Amino acid sequence: MRLERRTHVPLHLVVIAPLAAIFTALLLAAGLIAAAGVNPLTAYGEMLAGALGSRLSITEMLTRATPLIFTGLAAAVAFRARLWNIGGEGQFFVGALVTAWIGHSLGVPGWIGIPLLMLAGMTAGAALLAGPAYLRLRFGVDEVVTTLLLNFIVILFVGLMIEGPMRDPLAFGWPSSVPVDGDFRLPDLIPRTRLHIGLLFAIAAAGAVWLILARTVFGAETRAAGLNASAAAFAGISLPRTIMGVALLSGALAGLAGSVEVMGVTAGVTTTMSPGFGYAGIVVAMLAALHPAGVVAAAVFVATVFVGADAMSRATGVPSFIADVIVALCLLTMIVALLFTTYRVRR
Amino acid sequence: MTKVLELHGITKRFGTLTANDDVTLTLAEGEILALLGENGAGKTTLMNILFGHYAADAGTVRVFGEELPPGLPRAAIEVGVGMVHQHFTLAGNLTVLENVMLGSEPLTRARSARGEAREKLLQIAERFGLPVNPEAKVRSLSVGERQRVEILKALYRDARILILDEPTAVLARPEAMRLFETLRDMTKEGLSLIFISHKLHEVMAASDRVAVLRGGKMVAERKTSETNPGELAELMVGRKVERPVRHDHKIGAPVLIANNVRVEEDGELRLDDVSFTVHTGEILGIVGVSGNGQASLGGLLSGLVHPSAGQLTLLDEDIGHLGPRGMIRAGAGRVPEDRHAEGVVGELSLWENAVLERLRTPEFSRRGFVRQGAARDYTSGLIERFDIRGASPDTRTRLLSGGNMQKLILGRVLTNGPRFVLANQPTRGLDEGAIAAVHAELLAARAEGAAILLISEELEEAVALSDRIQAIVKGRLSEPISANEADPQRLGLMMAGVWKENDNAA
Repeated sequence: MRLERRTHVPLHLVVIAPLAAIFTALLLAAGLIAAAGVNPLTAYGEMLAGALGSRLSITEMLTRATPLIFTGLAAAVAFRARLWNIGGEGQFFVGALVTAWIGHSLGVPGWIGIPLLMLAGMTAGAALLAGPAYLRLRFGVDEVVTTLLLNFIVILFVGLMIEGPMRDPLAFGWPSSVPVDGDFRLPDLIPRTRLHIGLLFAIAAAGAVWLILARTVFGAETRAAGLNASAAAFAGISLPRTIMGVALLSGALAGLAGSVEVMGVTAGVTTTMSPGFGYAGIVVAMLAALHPAGVVAAAVFVATVFVGADAMSRATGVPSFIADVIVALCLLTMIVALLFTTYRVRR
Repeated sequence: MTKVLELHGITKRFGTLTANDDVTLTLAEGEILALLGENGAGKTTLMNILFGHYAADAGTVRVFGEELPPGLPRAAIEVGVGMVHQHFTLAGNLTVLENVMLGSEPLTRARSARGEAREKLLQIAERFGLPVNPEAKVRSLSVGERQRVEILKALYRDARILILDEPTAVLARPEAMRLFETLRDMTKEGLSLIFISHKLHEVMAASDRVAVLRGGKMVAERKTSETNPGELAELMVGRKVERPVRHDHKIGAPVLIANNVRVEEDGELRLDDVSFTVHTGEILGIVGVSGNGQASLGGLLSGLVHPSAGQLTLLDEDIGHLGPRGMIRAGAGRVPEDRHAEGVVGELSLWENAVLERLRTPEFSRRGFVRQGAARDYTSGLIERFDIRGASPDTRTRLLSGGNMQKLILGRVLTNGPRFVLANQPTRGLDEGAIAAVHAELLAARAEGAAILLISEELEEAVALSDRIQAIVKGRLSEPISANEADPQRLGLMMAGVWKENDNAA
């Protein structure tokens, strides 16, 4: 048996691969659910109902999908250029923190303030990834290590800030930062739900990222540099500039996730406001095969698992940690699925 | 003479492609048979069937009169067939002896019989004239020595029929000639050999008999003494292929001048006070054994490495400090040494590769957006003008054959109207038809007034195309000689660095 590279990857395989990966991951997780003493079919039924069963649950799921689209785009942009940004979680939190900090006392109307705060969150996220990118370009330091470790540093820093200088005196002892001014809360998309217009921003961001990657000179240079660095260098494409550009874009998207989450949902920053949006973004990007349109669909799936797992947990008693297990399994099965889209098995 | 090997009616299909179509071939004892054919003619497939890597759809393999079971490499090894692959299969961190022994001992054996193995290896090395140090680490060996280890590996398993797949692909000319002498001696010890090649001069120099494959079919068998390179080339390609000929014409003004240029990379001196001039309408050939500074010279003229001393000027502009884009703007076109590593991004489409060097020019972008329509039109033009076969602008570039890929690179360089062209090993690994096409394009560019620097390890090519030739040895360049005065002997001396002694004598 040997693996043979496909000359052409047919479109149907591109679509089937993530579906097969998800199916396999659910099958594997079913074993764990069964081990917890629950019929997997019942559990998955509860999960589906919990995430998609009512108007409210659908809006809840979409609210959860919004930051996942941003962090998924952040990972997809970076991975395409072979910049392994594992620091989406940290960039999410600095974006959130800077937004809350500035947004608490900014004295401008909402229509100016909201874009300004989004820009601030993007800048913070971009700045956080610029450091590891510089270290890689200048000294060859592995960005997987630096970005991953920065996540913990940032979360501890957030803890420090919300216990200290940014503590909200009105939160009755809850460790939360001061909230953004009411003028800077994102309008609801559907009244009396948590779903806010950030979802539209996220979808627009996916469109913008697609446009940048597929149509601009920067996108073309990034693709060339990611696929064959020495050929790109021979053609006169500056690798440091490409990598730095990608780092700024990727960091900005993850920072924007935090910014929008604060303005749209939480108002203030807490250390528990993210159930791992940054890490889940990596899975979203992989399930999407790094394609911006796929990111939107994959984010909806992961959000369904997250939101559905809570409902399933309430109904069946299976711990909701099963959501993390399913998402992590998806990453593994997707990597295997990608092998089969790139290669054909020959006897 | 006794037949040691008979392939009868071998047919092998991959999907819709028929790689081997009813191929029949025999090998006599003590014979050297050359299996000649272009890339993709089915040579390697046929040998893989013989060796049991593939099972044939039809046909039989007989070795010493006995039929081999299909698809079992071990069976082939047991009856005495050995294969030396084009890409070596050696472990660099092990010694020569360990590499040779690897896989020849049963796993269940408690103690490895190192002493006996060493004895046997030395005996074989002595008998076949392949001297080695059994304790040397493979990593520290030269390419030629590694190949010797590969051959010894096969002989250690008592091979009496040896198959060599493109054995000279990685060797410099003198090493290749030495290899063929060794192979000739080995046949006197009763070995029979098949070597796969697409290089005519090798086949003529080293074989007793030639079998020519084309499109999976055996099209001809000749005694080497009764054929000639012209006939073989025609049989191999299926039509008359003649490499174009350079005609003397008037050479113009200097275009590119290097004056005492030094290049250091990783703290090592790679080019040592190099001076040369390329004129309008001239091809300057740089010949030499690989690894003598060609890579640095190529890098220098591509804008990837910069001189630490001396001047490099293109049309009176100092270009020593320019990067690739600056070089292109200054009027340079660059054909890289390695198509796959530097020439193209295989996963991208043809049109993306065609405009890769000039993405930021107004021709192919506007306000930061790529003008895809313009790029596709331009690429369609290249495909037509440079006869790039089996491709559209949206085809993935890695699907092109080596020759078509090289035509794409030449096309993107030459349509830009360059005043100077660097052609670094432009025909390496190409088959005869593609070589002729590349030569014709270079000569056409010369006729239009481009100044061309050709770096080549193929002497025939350098002599055929160049107006003047300089040799590169250990980072230094010889004085130029006119190509009309160049004979193989003189060039051989130059490549060995003998010009300096001549200077002293004069």
